[in-house]
Amino acid sequence: MSALSRLPDGAVALATPDELRERIRRSAHLKGRQPAQAALNEVRELIGARPAGGHRRDLLIEHLHRLQDHWQGLFERHLVALAAEMNLPMAEVFEVASFYHHFDILRDGDIAPSLTVRVCDGLSCELGGAQSLLAGLGAAQLPAGVRVLSAPCVGRCEHAPAALVGQHAVTRATAEAVISQANRALAPVPYDLSAIDFIAYDEYRAVGGYLLAAALARGETSPETVLQALDDAGLRGMGGAGFAAARKWRIVREQPAPRLMAVNIDEGEPGTFKDRTWLERDPHRFLEGALVAAQVCGIGEIYIYVRDEYHEARRLLQAELEALQADPPCALPRIELRRGAGAYICGEESAMIESIEGKRGEPRLRPPYIAETGLFGRPTLEHNLETLHWVRDIVEKGAAWYAGHGRNGRRGLRAFSVSGRVRHPGVKLAPAGITARELIEGYCGGMAEGHELYAYLPGGASGGILPASLADVPLDFDTLQPYGCFIGSAAVIVLGHRDRARDAALNMMRFFAHESCGQCTPCRVGTDKAARLMEAPVWDNATLEDLNQVMADASICGLGQAAPNPVRCVQRYFAHEVA
Amino acid sequence: MKSPDLPLVDFTLDGRKVQALRGESILQAAQRLDVQIPRLCHSDGLRPDGNCRACMVEVDGERTLAASCCRAVTPGMSVQSGSPRARKAQAMVIELLLADLPQAGHKWLGDDATQPHGELSEWAQRLGVVPRDELKTLRRVQPEADLSHPAMAVNLDACIQCDRCVRACRDEQVNGVLGSAGRGMAKRIVFDLGDAMGHSTCVACGECVQACPTGALSPKTRVGPQSLDRQVDSVCPFCGVGCQLTYNVRDGRIVSVDGRDGPANHGRLCVKGRFGFDYAHHPHRLLRPLVRREGVAKDTLVLRDPTRWAEVFREATWDEALTRAAGGLRRLRDTHGPKALAGFGSAKGTNEEAYLFQKLVRTGFGSNNVDHCTRLCHASSVAALLEGVGSGAVSNQVNDVAHAELIFVIGSNPTSNHPVAATWMKNAVAHGARIVLADPRVTELSRHAWRTLQFRADTDVALLNARIHTIIEEGLAAQDFIDARTRNFAALRDSVLAFSPEAMSPVCGIPADTIREVARAFATARSAMILWGMGISQHVHGTDNARCLIALCAVAGQIGKPGSGLHPLRGQNNVQGASDAGLIPMMYPNYQRVADPAAHAWFERFWGVPLDAAPGYTVVEILDKALAPDIDPHKVRGMYILGENPAMSDPDLNHARQALASLEHLVVQDIFMTETAWMADVVLPATAWPEKTGTVTNTDRMVQLGRQAIDPPGEARADLWIVQEIASRFVLDWRYEGADHGVAAVYEEMRQAMHASIAGITWARLVREGCVTYPCADEADPGQPTVFSHSFPTADGRLLLVPAQIIPADEQPDALYPMVLVTGRMLEHWHTGSMTRRSRVLDALEPMAVASVNARTLAALGCTAGDRVALASRRGRVEVHVRLDDGTPDGTVFLPFAFREAAANLLTNPALDPSGKIPEFKFCAVRMEALA
Repeated sequence: MSALSRLPDGAVALATPDELRERIRRSAHLKGRQPAQAALNEVRELIGARPAGGHRRDLLIEHLHRLQDHWQGLFERHLVALAAEMNLPMAEVFEVASFYHHFDILRDGDIAPSLTVRVCDGLSCELGGAQSLLAGLGAAQLPAGVRVLSAPCVGRCEHAPAALVGQHAVTRATAEAVISQANRALAPVPYDLSAIDFIAYDEYRAVGGYLLAAALARGETSPETVLQALDDAGLRGMGGAGFAAARKWRIVREQPAPRLMAVNIDEGEPGTFKDRTWLERDPHRFLEGALVAAQVCGIGEIYIYVRDEYHEARRLLQAELEALQADPPCALPRIELRRGAGAYICGEESAMIESIEGKRGEPRLRPPYIAETGLFGRPTLEHNLETLHWVRDIVEKGAAWYAGHGRNGRRGLRAFSVSGRVRHPGVKLAPAGITARELIEGYCGGMAEGHELYAYLPGGASGGILPASLADVPLDFDTLQPYGCFIGSAAVIVLGHRDRARDAALNMMRFFAHESCGQCTPCRVGTDKAARLMEAPVWDNATLEDLNQVMADASICGLGQAAPNPVRCVQRYFAHEVA
Repeated sequence: MKSPDLPLVDFTLDGRKVQALRGESILQAAQRLDVQIPRLCHSDGLRPDGNCRACMVEVDGERTLAASCCRAVTPGMSVQSGSPRARKAQAMVIELLLADLPQAGHKWLGDDATQPHGELSEWAQRLGVVPRDELKTLRRVQPEADLSHPAMAVNLDACIQCDRCVRACRDEQVNGVLGSAGRGMAKRIVFDLGDAMGHSTCVACGECVQACPTGALSPKTRVGPQSLDRQVDSVCPFCGVGCQLTYNVRDGRIVSVDGRDGPANHGRLCVKGRFGFDYAHHPHRLLRPLVRREGVAKDTLVLRDPTRWAEVFREATWDEALTRAAGGLRRLRDTHGPKALAGFGSAKGTNEEAYLFQKLVRTGFGSNNVDHCTRLCHASSVAALLEGVGSGAVSNQVNDVAHAELIFVIGSNPTSNHPVAATWMKNAVAHGARIVLADPRVTELSRHAWRTLQFRADTDVALLNARIHTIIEEGLAAQDFIDARTRNFAALRDSVLAFSPEAMSPVCGIPADTIREVARAFATARSAMILWGMGISQHVHGTDNARCLIALCAVAGQIGKPGSGLHPLRGQNNVQGASDAGLIPMMYPNYQRVADPAAHAWFERFWGVPLDAAPGYTVVEILDKALAPDIDPHKVRGMYILGENPAMSDPDLNHARQALASLEHLVVQDIFMTETAWMADVVLPATAWPEKTGTVTNTDRMVQLGRQAIDPPGEARADLWIVQEIASRFVLDWRYEGADHGVAAVYEEMRQAMHASIAGITWARLVREGCVTYPCADEADPGQPTVFSHSFPTADGRLLLVPAQIIPADEQPDALYPMVLVTGRMLEHWHTGSMTRRSRVLDALEPMAVASVNARTLAALGCTAGDRVALASRRGRVEVHVRLDDGTPDGTVFLPFAFREAAANLLTNPALDPSGKIPEFKFCAVRMEALA
């Protein structure tokens, strides 16, 4: 019987042989992609067998890392298999994988790059010659399969330009250094922690480390003592928002148990590298702070989220956590280390929580605040690394010690990440309230050779841009608002007289557009349109101001709300550059 | 004193002192107060997301604006929705979105092509927003259109990333096909891994299309102009869930269907309901009455081309056709007696049609030989339920699963066969309920199940008795409930003694620990529902299977309260109603037994004619009787078949078709030239569901009103009219006056005959409310969604526990026929396919018969997926392509029965369950062979 005479009465009467073959092909399987046994086996090899209760949904990103690290990309067949293994819809796996820039989704026939080089194009690295590095790499003979991408700030601004070669950072990078590292990375050697000089667990304990945490655990120190000390010291959140630490702790400890903690080491604000610096020098100080906070607030689980760009620091932390857990000074809460995957937005507290839950890093609408409804729907204490870093010192040395620092009427200490046109960039521990001029002159050895102070960004990409004429304003929380700026994470990027503020602003806006999660209209569309309008020699200030307004007023999170700051600062202080 | 629960919150909106309900969002409160705030990502029924930012308002004392859709009103809050700052943000959001959209769009406001973007254009118009050129020149790069799906067009150039489609797919229907991938301006809606919609796992429920505000996702039939001639509210004509829908009509044709907010579906539909409407417009529709040509002998060839009907039939006038139809039947009755006639009504028709049809058979033909496809569907469930709880209907409605802690689904594939019902189960899981799925086939619902028990086909009694055993043995039985509310517990307890999980595990293939675990979970849950389908009923031990389910819920005390009870999922839109209306041979309307002298007397008085006191024959028995020897006084010689297709739906089709072809006189009333109609003497062209007004009763006991949306084609006439015309030729003095052939008068007469259940559901009330649940005592009674809370409608008010023993399937696999055949439905094709295979979309999605087997079976056959195979049983043979479905158990093949070119029922075994008289569609022995 021919195929045509078999056709049912309801079917289309005529079909070409190709169409018939296609019908048969499609009918041979259930709808959509189905997992292949070989791919299932490959996935199981990397993520382990399915536990009795199924895989944890929140480990999706960790599992994607395993696949990406092993296969240098995420092949579709593995995503299908991973979805089946985790009993998740494929779309949920895909939307998470496609959100993070460090995941490369590959068609099954694609060839994965052997190595990815990420050249930082953050403002400090731009000032430090990122474009010529990129050009140099473009012209050079790279090992086979090596791919070069430009990437947003990788947090090594004091050694600009920087690049990540696979999981190795190359600072003050040249094309030659990058290529030589690439050759080494392609023949990988075991990672060696001894290359970094830091205070290891035993050393830390030998000088009184974890005594405070242990005293709290034994009830020798009361939670109230700690809270009072933090209050008296005036310790505020060092991630950028500056919320009073003790107040946050008091709110969280009032919430119903179980309560959780999230430590934010997703240090992505361009120009900021203080957390990495603390982490690479003295990792136990913030860990003790976290243990203290956990005890004061009655927290049973701590999640530490480290940005993917900090591979060395993450490895170090992993090893030190193991040391801590092997010989704990007191009963420890459960501590999980989580790895970001290339998304600035995950430094936003609620986006980070989404990411820890294994989802797209889209900030949540508030209320409810995460202190009430945070990670896994539980009350959550979230802190930047540096905030926790100061806890032990404040309690041990006394609140007065911390509050005793300060200049120009301000109190406390700030770790400024200074980069750009200064002689000695780096993390500068300085009194709060110091001015930019004092910081440059007193801590950075002055301006770099051949540069005169023209402008500076007091708080990374979001904090705005100020002219040299305002270099005597005290730098601290609350002091810069009258100037349309804020200090944020205290990332000070210094521009010289040959730099232009509009270039810095455009760099920032492109960064925001690149890093916008895309969830809300004002930020998704606004940053993109603003970046393109800012390319014009003469700005369309009316349209830009409309964009500024809607972004600042109507965006869900701080990214979109602060995105207009560089635009407005150029319009206010550097109008001559765009007229 | 002020009650703390006082549900009102004082606040200020645009300077007015107003009140919100507690928990209400600013947007909802404003809406109620007639203040219009723009919104795009917000849609009633979907989780608020707050991403579009079109609904921003100014809240006094806050630094930034707030999304009014996501912000609850708090006492004393002062909100400005129309302040310059709020308006600026609202307008800018709309301008930014519009600037990125193309000049030409896909969802015009009416016929206005200059307002092409649906809700976005609407709000732009209202706010006076026109995007400036400076932004339009920066328009985004547009994605390609995706037209790969037969039903839906994906034009993401009109997408505004509001994610309504994702929430509809993920949260509402829980299909998880759509996602929101990428980030920033690269954020985009994707199917699975960014696949073309037509190649994805999409099940085409169309919820995304219904949710899309701009037409980026559209039904292919509604791209561009949106104007309609009318919208008519009706009910879905496919499965028993009873989704309410709206027919969108233009130029006399249905152009699309929207889900309506009915109590069973709340706006949701599945692929059949949303896209399977065009069968009504198919060129195969019967347009004029047909009579068999002189000299054309009857045969069993059903694979004829329906367009070539003229080779067998000629056209006739209605008068000739009706006279011949009725005359032939009357002659047989007068010659051979009333038992020579039989009638098959339809579960696809209305209650009124069912009622009139059974009345015609009982009062005109003169016997109780009337039945319909309930016999093939839940007859055994109904038999067990009537025996056990005194009522054949469900105890709790499907969406009561929202109140269940544990949901036990057995012998049912609801994501395919009751898709919208399945959404309530999946929603319940999202809110913490646990599903235990028991089925020989692992189906889609298992992805949402806490435990999936892939037990060996045919071993239901073993599995269920082992669970009852566990509950009793482990002291988990609800003894108070058993003592107070049931009868015969001792017999049940003694009977299940031998059924320990350890003893039954090798029988049913489920580890004893697992049986115990789910038994404990069921018994200790605060509330637990049991839902089942044909996997339970279509066995020779179907009644026993259902008895076990009744006993299981009774020993655990899981009945008679919210979230706890029994729900046999009905397969057809009106199988509940047709049964209620008496379209069954042993019962008058409302399950009053023919053999009960009181009921018999009541109906003789009510209808004013003497009635046969003996129950009639059932579906399979009637066709057997058609082949009875001439001397059999009960030999069936003439039949009137309204809307049924036994030449496809009966077991052992070679036998059934032979029976139909041997009838001396067969009248078929249908909308298409069905396989059955080829054997008719007279074919009467009837109306499709959208062409009529009447009521149907869904699986939830909801009586719902469907209204006529379109006119019948040609000379096709309303079924209700045709039945009355036949009746008048049987000299029955019927008078049903009023619109739509007296449908209201018929309903009101039926209401008297079914007083005990629908007394309170008057026609006027149905016209007013559209849907009322029974039992409903009077007009003020809202109807009872959950029954049996105090007693059961049995003689003594108690539930009867009936023990069941293991009875094996009638035909076991052997050396000659080593595999097990399981038949059933698939998502796109419903029943015998007469409607769904004539729907362009449904047929495009599943164009051919496929037999599903797992990879091991496939390998053992030496085949690859897509190969052609022959399937043979002792009764017949078909050829099909083979589909890989690893949910199918080893040595088993699943074959849907909707495909005429490979009719599954050629193979099935007509062995019957002794109580329910239902054939064993779910188990017979077959052989499968690869074809070259």
